[in-house]
Amino acid sequence: MEFYRSHVLVCTGTGCTSSNSRSVISGLRKELADKGLEKEIQVIETGCFGFCNLGPIMVVYPEGVFYCRVSQDDIQEIVEEHFTKGRVVQRLLYHEPNTTVKTQEFNDIEFFKHQKRIALSNCGIINPEKIEEYIARDGYFALAKVLHEMKPEDVIEEIKKSGLRGRGGGGFPTGMKWNFAHKAQGDQKYVVCNADEGDPGAFMDRSVLEGDPHSVLEAMAIAGYAIGANQGYIYVRAEYPIAVERLRLAIEQAHKMGLLGKNIFGMGFDFDVDIRLGAGAFVCGEETALLTSIEGKRGEPRPRPPFPANSGLWGKPTIINNVETYANVTRIIRNGWEWFASMGTEKSKGTKVFALAGKIKNTGLIEVPMGTTLRTIVYDIGGGILNDKKFKAAQTGGPSGGCIPAELLDTPIDYDNLIAIGAMMGSGGLIVMDEDTCMVDIARFFLEFTQDESCGKCPPCRIGTKRMLEILTRICEGKGVPEDLENLETLAKTIKSAALCGLGQTAPNPVLSTLRYFRHEYEAHIYDKKCPAGVCKSLLSYKINEDKCRGCSLCARNCPAKAISGKVKEPFVIDPEKCIKCGACMEKCKFGAIERK
Amino acid sequence: MRSLEELKSLKAKAEKEMALREDTGKPTIIVHMGTCGIANGAREVLNTILSELKSRNLTDIHVTQTGCPGLCHLEPLITVSEPGKKNPYIYAKVTTENVKKIILQHIINGQPVTEWLVNLEK
Ligand SMILES: Cc1cc2nc3c(=O)[nH]c(=O)nc-3n(C[C@H](O)[C@H](O)[C@H](O)COP(=O)(O)O)c2cc1C
Repeated sequence: MEFYRSHVLVCTGTGCTSSNSRSVISGLRKELADKGLEKEIQVIETGCFGFCNLGPIMVVYPEGVFYCRVSQDDIQEIVEEHFTKGRVVQRLLYHEPNTTVKTQEFNDIEFFKHQKRIALSNCGIINPEKIEEYIARDGYFALAKVLHEMKPEDVIEEIKKSGLRGRGGGGFPTGMKWNFAHKAQGDQKYVVCNADEGDPGAFMDRSVLEGDPHSVLEAMAIAGYAIGANQGYIYVRAEYPIAVERLRLAIEQAHKMGLLGKNIFGMGFDFDVDIRLGAGAFVCGEETALLTSIEGKRGEPRPRPPFPANSGLWGKPTIINNVETYANVTRIIRNGWEWFASMGTEKSKGTKVFALAGKIKNTGLIEVPMGTTLRTIVYDIGGGILNDKKFKAAQTGGPSGGCIPAELLDTPIDYDNLIAIGAMMGSGGLIVMDEDTCMVDIARFFLEFTQDESCGKCPPCRIGTKRMLEILTRICEGKGVPEDLENLETLAKTIKSAALCGLGQTAPNPVLSTLRYFRHEYEAHIYDKKCPAGVCKSLLSYKINEDKCRGCSLCARNCPAKAISGKVKEPFVIDPEKCIKCGACMEKCKFGAIERK
Repeated sequence: MRSLEELKSLKAKAEKEMALREDTGKPTIIVHMGTCGIANGAREVLNTILSELKSRNLTDIHVTQTGCPGLCHLEPLITVSEPGKKNPYIYAKVTTENVKKIILQHIINGQPVTEWLVNLEK
């Protein structure tokens, strides 16, 4: 065994990889070797810390110093100052927004302080490509416990009592689902992991797979034991190459150690896992479509019942759970249901991972106890709104969800509260919007997405979302008519009740929730032909204020459409016929003479 | 994997390799590595500490470094800080020879080598 005095963990999740963490790692290894320090300081590749907009992230142990945005140019200084002289490189430390405070240790950073990491507890701590590091943190002990000490019924009971609900969107009680599959008759049963993660902007599942792949494999084996299955499939997006590679490696290592395969722990239980790559459509994340896709057919949903627990993959009893759901299972088995049930709200236990995005200072991945308020997430963890603008709304649940307005910032976030206010937990995308966001435009954006992703099998979704999108587009273009709002509502209700699968049933949600909280914005578009947030181009007009214009001609020179004319030193004018409303003139004007209405 | 025992011994081994990333509740040895320290042999002291800890398999002792505390004439300096104790022990003029005694007597047996301490906090 090698003895190192320092471990340097560098994130190699997708976020940090795209900000070049790999070249930082290779540069660091080279610099350490050049200085003869490679036997003292070990560089370790790890998973996502969640602080993706500050990547590449580097954490130095034993001190726990947290460096952000480390580039290749910083390596020499880090090696010279920190690793040879023990002086922390101050300028690379994390800087708390809204203050001048620089924070050295990562547990002291506000962003992490309000979090409770269960599903992400190994992400950023272990090297996901080494099964030993997972084992060092009690990995595979839950599987050992289940096989040695528990009957399948006990496992199901434990999960039921923990109160764990599906993290993939629906929030269905996991223990109950397992029980259906356990009771179902069948010589062959299957365990499936849903890692399709199609929600735009969401990357919770990717981070778990990249940072802690064994936690999912172990939980799938536990599920297999509970329901009587010995084959598992992970259906993972093809767009997640790092996650796929780490999963492959994890499966291979688990096999080598006999933690997957035949006769695990000598207890007579066999379990195997295979990977299936996603077919690249949002609807393939819907469970029946996903199963159809694994069977090698076109990923289209089918009516339920029969539910997969009774008739799933190739007609056999199958459970399908989300990545994050599985990531919680091993921890529940190890720590007991009481521990898990002690966190969260009455009907939503444990924690939830959110991908925090939009107009917020700290974007990234967070895990908070259920029942945390949106205010804590936006202001304490997220550091507030970018450029200190006003918070307008947060969208949860992506294209299936809804928006939460500022009045409801103090709502404790859990499954039932979100449904009650017209939003939904979804898989955990959380997009923050500021005062410059047009809510009609947002609704149109999400509907464009679902309409595009509608598989076309059922008419309510295929035709209904198309009609809704037409109306929304018309409103944004200033051609809305008074009946539009009523028609939108009727269409929404019809699609919700008549569509075949969850995609169609939830597609109208963004429209309904914006109508509920921001109806006045729709009305402004329709009756006043105005977009209050100044987003919808067709409803905007740019005008030069004659009193402020000094006639410098800067705007005219920057107008790409040659729509501005005038004599130097006299007020200029914009020709509304030619103006393409790009806003370039307004940005350039030094005298604030250009007004947008 | 044939048994729980096998998994346990694997864990014990892997845990040692990761001890650096956990708070082990054991003392930390801090080597002062300012220019003055390095010029007086702090690097050699550091290397000796590392090889000594390695040969004794003391993976739960953390070794870190810091800059010059201002006592340049007493370099190389090392500080031993113990969790729960307010004042750390600062050793002066450490050599590759006497650091071995510090490890044996102080780190392993819990008896600070008082005659080499600069601060007389006992
Ligand atoms: C259109 C649509 C897309 C979905 N996409 C996903 C997805 O990407 N990942 C996921 O885990 N569940 C997704 N679901 C939910 C699944 O159908 C299913 O409920 C879930 O995988 C069950 O696992 P859970 O109980 O652990 O949440 C989607 C559902 C719909 C209707």
